[in-house]
Amino acid sequence: MYDYNAFDRAFLAERNAQFRSQVERRIDGSLTEEEFRPLRLMNGLYLQLHAYMLRICIPYGTLNPGQMRRFAEVAERWDKGYGHFTTRQNIQLNWPKLKDVPDILDSLGEVGIHAIQTSGNTIRNTTADHFAGAAADEIEDPRPVAELIRQWSTDHAEFQFLPRKFKIAITGSPNDRAVTRAHDIGLRMVRRGAEVGFEVLVGGGLGRTPMLGAVIRDFLPKADLLPYLEAIVSTYNVMGRRDNKYKARIKITVFENGIDVFKAAVEERFVETRAQFSGVDQQILTEIEAQFTPPAFRNAPTEAFDAALASDPVFRAWADTNLAEHRAPGYAIVTVSLKAHGETPGDASSAQMRLLADLAERYGHDELRISHEQNVILPHVHKSDLPAIHAALAGEGLATANVGLISDIIACPGMDYCALATARSIPVAQELATHFRDIGLEQEIGALKIKISGCINACGHHHVGHIGILGLDRAGVENYQITLGGDHTETAAIGERAGPGFAYDQVVPAIERLLRAYLAQRDAPTESFIDAFRRLGPAPFKAALYPEEARDAA
Amino acid sequence: MSRRFTPKVVTANDLLEGDVIYLTADDRWSRAHHEAELIEDEAHAQLRLLFASGQPARVVGAYLAEAKAGPDGPEPTHFREAFRTRGPSNYPHGKQEAANV
Ligand code: HEM
Ligand code: SF4
Repeated sequence: MYDYNAFDRAFLAERNAQFRSQVERRIDGSLTEEEFRPLRLMNGLYLQLHAYMLRICIPYGTLNPGQMRRFAEVAERWDKGYGHFTTRQNIQLNWPKLKDVPDILDSLGEVGIHAIQTSGNTIRNTTADHFAGAAADEIEDPRPVAELIRQWSTDHAEFQFLPRKFKIAITGSPNDRAVTRAHDIGLRMVRRGAEVGFEVLVGGGLGRTPMLGAVIRDFLPKADLLPYLEAIVSTYNVMGRRDNKYKARIKITVFENGIDVFKAAVEERFVETRAQFSGVDQQILTEIEAQFTPPAFRNAPTEAFDAALASDPVFRAWADTNLAEHRAPGYAIVTVSLKAHGETPGDASSAQMRLLADLAERYGHDELRISHEQNVILPHVHKSDLPAIHAALAGEGLATANVGLISDIIACPGMDYCALATARSIPVAQELATHFRDIGLEQEIGALKIKISGCINACGHHHVGHIGILGLDRAGVENYQITLGGDHTETAAIGERAGPGFAYDQVVPAIERLLRAYLAQRDAPTESFIDAFRRLGPAPFKAALYPEEARDAA
Repeated sequence: MSRRFTPKVVTANDLLEGDVIYLTADDRWSRAHHEAELIEDEAHAQLRLLFASGQPARVVGAYLAEAKAGPDGPEPTHFREAFRTRGPSNYPHGKQEAANV
């Protein structure tokens, strides 16, 4: 993976020194909060409901064992011994003290980690397929390009004050695991003949007006990527609205002007940006690519794996849900679930982080990934090592066999932490997970994506959940709206609202009615909830959610 | 006709710790909601908010939150403010933790 060079290190040390003096001046009273707020946000420091929160960037979701260990150490030394992994492939610390933040940032800086541009109207962390470089279905590892984008966008002078925040996602696989259509720019690697390039999507986003990105280029040669991104972002910088925060995202710019007008403006600007890029970016990309060479995969027998599958049902259940196909023979991609039933989705304790770092070092070619689904990935594991890994994970409560099932829920922090929240989301996720385990339906229900947000901002991706849950405040009481039929993959779709919302304690029973209706009406156990929903349409599911109305109408 | 004024407390986050604090009648900042000054008059509420906002080296984001009188002092009326008096529901962290020890 990418190692910082001297320039990166010097830049980061300087930024951290600047922020340290800004914090000192805030504490001694020479800066007001109005002056300090934008400065702290530029460095990822928020003030939430109960405490400050530090949002730390994990570029394209990739980290090494040393960095994971450092998170563990920082969380223990300056926080409460755990971290929260988010859909944006970041990690958040929920309890830092203001005076400690400069020390935290210095400590992270030592391992090449920072919190820059994790907030503000800038280009945020570029998120990537968490199986990048390992997936069997991949054209090319997208991370060298993601790193190139990181270097281009970090501290990009023209793009520090965009109309609004800007998020780019990238995938190298036709199976979209990076939710590219829900990002300001989505990049999907495609082939044209022998040449590799990108399908470029623009204007996707969730929040209060969810929209799926539209294709602005169906094939962009790889070498044109940065000038083309520069053209899109600078066009948006000029055309994007600054009069209304809710209409400032690029999705609104594209929607209001139409994709054709927007595209014409981008293409015109591209003529200029392309001439300005001298090709240095391609030299840099070549250097970056050299740092992403695949590990030396070994050729070894997999009998130990086959034997464990045959003899150990617990291991087998875990292998069934938590492994994905690797491109190298004898290897697997391991998804470590951070969704143990009843725990907080995405949280990992320092002890768990250390174990994950150890396992990556011992068995996983020194690589770890954070998925937007708030799980941790060991991307390169030889199958013969899986029984040992599974046993070690079980010792730290990390062997939950539920990836892709009902309890593998995305949930934003909601009103347990977030100052913008209108309702809680974490306890809803916890109760759904334990309830369906306790009534024994989790395996039976099979593949299902539930995604929960604690307000209209949609940080929990509820719009693209097969079942989306949105927590609202209705006259001073928590109330939850359910959306159905969302899809976060290459067949992306925004879910539609099922009807009136449910009180906090009615959410789990409502979801149970909905899923019992699915079980009763599916074609076969192989027909997933989303497939059944597409075949049957919303009517039978709405009837299950609202039995009263169904009766009244009859 | 203007809406009738409903009782409020002045609340904010502590600059250094980041945690929730309340303005008391004797001009202190307390970490306990029930020690807050329950303000029943609109003009007085504005004065108290100004007083709070004038302490940038101590507090961040002061605002008026709805409250009502209770047996031990003011109580929150909205669930958001109730959460702020306790902490998150997924761990015993925040104020509820301090109350435990
Ligand atoms: C301090 C806590 C947070 C604040 C203040 C915050 C704020 C926001 C706001 C205002 C939006 C709406 C933007 C718009 O519609 O223009 C948003 C969207 C979003 N946030 Fe957060 N958020 C927070 C935490 C998180 C967390 C924990 C995650 C990851 C789990 C996250 C991921 C996202 C995503 C994925 C979106 C929707 C995608 C989009 O930008 O359209 N946020 N956030
Ligand atoms: S969706 Fe709302 S409640 Fe959840 S983290 Fe985002 S802003 Fe906070």
